Amino acid sequence: MRKPPIRWHILVFLAPAVLVYTAIMIIPLFNTLRLALFDEVDRTRVFVGLDNFRTLFGDPLWSDAFWNALGNNFWFFLIHMLVQNPIGILLAAILSHPRLRFAALYRTAIFVPTILSFVIVGFAWKLILSPIWGIAPGMMDAVGLDAFFLPWLGLEGTALTTLALISVWQFVGIPMMLIYAALLSIPEEILEAGECDGITGAAAFWKIKLPLILPSIGIISILTFVGNFNAFDLIYAAQGALAGPNYSTDILGTFMYRTFFGFQLQLGDPHMGSAIASAMFAIILIGVCIYLFGIQTRMRRYQF
Amino acid sequence: MSMKKLGAGLLATTILAGTVASAQDVTLTIESWRNDDLLLWQDVIIPAFEANHPGIQVEFTPSAPAEYNAVLNSKLEAGSAGDLITCRPFDASLALYEDGHLADLSDLEAMSNFSSVAQSAWQTDDGSVTFCVPMASVIHGFIYNADAFAELGLEEPTTVDEFFAVLDAIEEDGGYIPMAMGTNDQWEAATMGYNNIGPNYWRGEEGRLALIAGEQSLTDEAWVAPYRQLARWGQYLGRGFEAQTYPDSQNLFTLGRAAIYPAGSWEITGFNAQADFAMGAFPPPVPNAGDECYISDHTDIAIGLNPASPNAEAARTFLEWVGSEEFATIYANALPGFFSLSNFDVAMEDPLAQEFVSWRGECNSTIRSTYQILSRGTPNLENETWNASAQVIRGAETPEEAGQRLQDGLASWYEPQQ
Amino acid sequence: MNKARRNPVNIAAAHGILILYTVIALFPVFVILINSFKTRRAIFREPLALPDADSFSTVGYETVFNQGDFFGYFQNSMIVTVASLFFILLFGAMAAFALSEYRFKGNTLMGLYLALGIMIPIRIGTVAILELMVDTGLVNTLWALILVYTAQGLPLAVFILSEFMRQVSDDLKNAGRIDGLSEYTIFFRLVLPLVRPAMATVAVFNMIPIWNDLWFPLILAPAEATKTLTLGSQVFIGQFVTDWNAVLSALGMAILPVMVLYVIFSRQLIRGITSGAVK
Repeated sequence: MRKPPIRWHILVFLAPAVLVYTAIMIIPLFNTLRLALFDEVDRTRVFVGLDNFRTLFGDPLWSDAFWNALGNNFWFFLIHMLVQNPIGILLAAILSHPRLRFAALYRTAIFVPTILSFVIVGFAWKLILSPIWGIAPGMMDAVGLDAFFLPWLGLEGTALTTLALISVWQFVGIPMMLIYAALLSIPEEILEAGECDGITGAAAFWKIKLPLILPSIGIISILTFVGNFNAFDLIYAAQGALAGPNYSTDILGTFMYRTFFGFQLQLGDPHMGSAIASAMFAIILIGVCIYLFGIQTRMRRYQF
Repeated sequence: MSMKKLGAGLLATTILAGTVASAQDVTLTIESWRNDDLLLWQDVIIPAFEANHPGIQVEFTPSAPAEYNAVLNSKLEAGSAGDLITCRPFDASLALYEDGHLADLSDLEAMSNFSSVAQSAWQTDDGSVTFCVPMASVIHGFIYNADAFAELGLEEPTTVDEFFAVLDAIEEDGGYIPMAMGTNDQWEAATMGYNNIGPNYWRGEEGRLALIAGEQSLTDEAWVAPYRQLARWGQYLGRGFEAQTYPDSQNLFTLGRAAIYPAGSWEITGFNAQADFAMGAFPPPVPNAGDECYISDHTDIAIGLNPASPNAEAARTFLEWVGSEEFATIYANALPGFFSLSNFDVAMEDPLAQEFVSWRGECNSTIRSTYQILSRGTPNLENETWNASAQVIRGAETPEEAGQRLQDGLASWYEPQQ
Repeated sequence: MNKARRNPVNIAAAHGILILYTVIALFPVFVILINSFKTRRAIFREPLALPDADSFSTVGYETVFNQGDFFGYFQNSMIVTVASLFFILLFGAMAAFALSEYRFKGNTLMGLYLALGIMIPIRIGTVAILELMVDTGLVNTLWALILVYTAQGLPLAVFILSEFMRQVSDDLKNAGRIDGLSEYTIFFRLVLPLVRPAMATVAVFNMIPIWNDLWFPLILAPAEATKTLTLGSQVFIGQFVTDWNAVLSALGMAILPVMVLYVIFSRQLIRGITSGAVK
């Protein structure tokens, strides 16, 4: 029996990424998450175990806000899954058509919103939907739908959905590009083989291409999940840290930010803030584990 | 080793910045949330200081108001904050002082130029230590389009009934939106709404101090009545005011589309630059004719010293200057609407600013009810007041419900109210 | 070949959908750009009209150019973005190759470890990161930003790249091994060229948050000499928030460079994608 030799090249391949990542992300992050187990009493930091979590889930003052944010976050995610990803796949499927003219033009144009910063996106859409400036009401007036115009961003019932759709508008380019790349890497021979069997057009998409791009759809689903449960900037840029009206657009990211850093007269509370961040971390970790161990390992991959 | 690196880093920064600084020159950095004032600091205030203080350079580095607290606290924790810190009033700054991020400035000579009331927003609870040099207060009231008032034959209202009569008249005419305010950003509803008109109901300091002492509660008539008035505002605001933002409201007014703007005096500079019609201002109308009037004259902004600053001596020199008559005059005239808190008799040229400050002689001054002590806990009374005021104006909550909710929240952590 | 895939009705429908979506995607940008060239009154009176002789005004852009060193900001943003992307792609691809190619103890755990970073909002680590940068003297240098963005971009890069590397044919790599190529040569010569589409994708995805980030420039490098374009325009917008001419011009200024960058990168991206597909 001989011990297998140490494969140094694995170490060399992993080392730079692991070092930079550990020093600049993991250590600072966990140093901060640790604060969730502490609290400040008389200006000194004391270990309180799980007390902060008991407050977060047990005290209605905190738990109501938490469940509200979590519920809103799920709605936000649902809209992305139901609107953003299907549109992205559809656009990619059309764009990957080999003889489509102006494909490069469309592709570039559709990706433009994704490259804009949240500041610009929040500002632009607030202007367009503004009842004062009147682009949206003016356009609806022009087609006789004036009566249906509402200040969507200002109403409790519609604000969150409106913001989710703005976010979809911004990010639809990401699933589109990923799926597009996946579709293009399907070898021509496979499609031609399908054609010989009489599988063409839409049928070719459903029967041949879709199964082949499933791993990519898996990636965009989990990326959407992680992105949405970490989302913060758009809501913050459009509605502020209090996520109005009446907290109806509050998601975990804004709730955490407000608590951790404080807002206006409310002082920051790193301990409760870290407790919320830990809860977010747990939710995302569960989602990613379901994907990594439940879905990814079972998914069939094809090597070309 | 680490010092060496630090030195190298600093060196690199200096070279990058391309500043040619001689050895004894000191550069002071000011942290601030007043990014609107960047130009005034660069062009007017700092040159005035540097002219008489060779060897000290000052840099004004503001961040956006909404991020200021988070950015400043992070920098202070890590030790990279500037030498001078612009102070929010009351608890936010008190917490910084208690954490050792603001130096004790009680011994500053210029402090004698400020009354104890002016200093109170930046003192410890027992009043023994002052940690920021007061800069300015802001006064609330209503700014109106004087041309529109003349056109419609309207007069400045003095009572609430007259106020609504004026609003009705503007609405009836139809040429103007009666009042420019939105609830999207929430804070206007609380600051320019509730805390603007409220002092007339809770009798200024009398009610504010009684609330802190636990002798009055937010469900009392004096505290619910302002919400009752706010609930009536909704119908006079522009269409879709629910999604109207603060800049929307400002533009609506300065473009001449709205007749009345519930204001803070800080608007004066911007309005002067953008409105091409005559403007006037009136204090919040009183509930009944002949009532004593009260105004919110809120201690808003001050400046303190970061104890970690390596340039403490130069920074103190700057702070002494901030407390001087020269600064008071420059600041009040560069930024009409930010009224000096010093004892100096500062001459102001702007007529609108003069109008605002004249109310100090007619009415009793108070500060915003939620700022001192009452916003120390969670839920935070100020932030909840934003929410409640916006809710009431939108008609999503009755004044009584709002008062009850705020009282319950306050009582949950504030002992005198339990 | 491909006769069945050329149906005029389908093609018209395809163009219809794409044109519709292109209009939706570009409309807000269009609104910002046309209004940035109009007078303040015209912006409000007819927000959808193109600027004409009457309403044309560049007063906004004049305000922007008189304030702040936008060219310097742009340069900083470029340096930070390009350097971060380089490190993300190099380190990320190496780690992804190790994870997808070799079976070793703790492989899955290492994969999960490298993915942890995208599950916690990095903002909460701000104070610790800032302390680190203060201790190493990197505050107010572009290196502080490059390091943070590299660390921040790695998880996603490893995640996407390892998924794509699993699809690279084993036969190819084994043939290389039989020819006596070292693992490093196999990685750099055989595998990297094949995952170019994925690398381009990762580059584009990482470019966006890095270019647009406001938080870390504000905390780690707020000095005038190291200000990025996004931070510069944010300060500017805060300062002129009611001056819509200036705000719209600043937004226009912030949009254009990214668009140009994207168009340049997008050529590379597409070339990468197609060359990867045609083997």
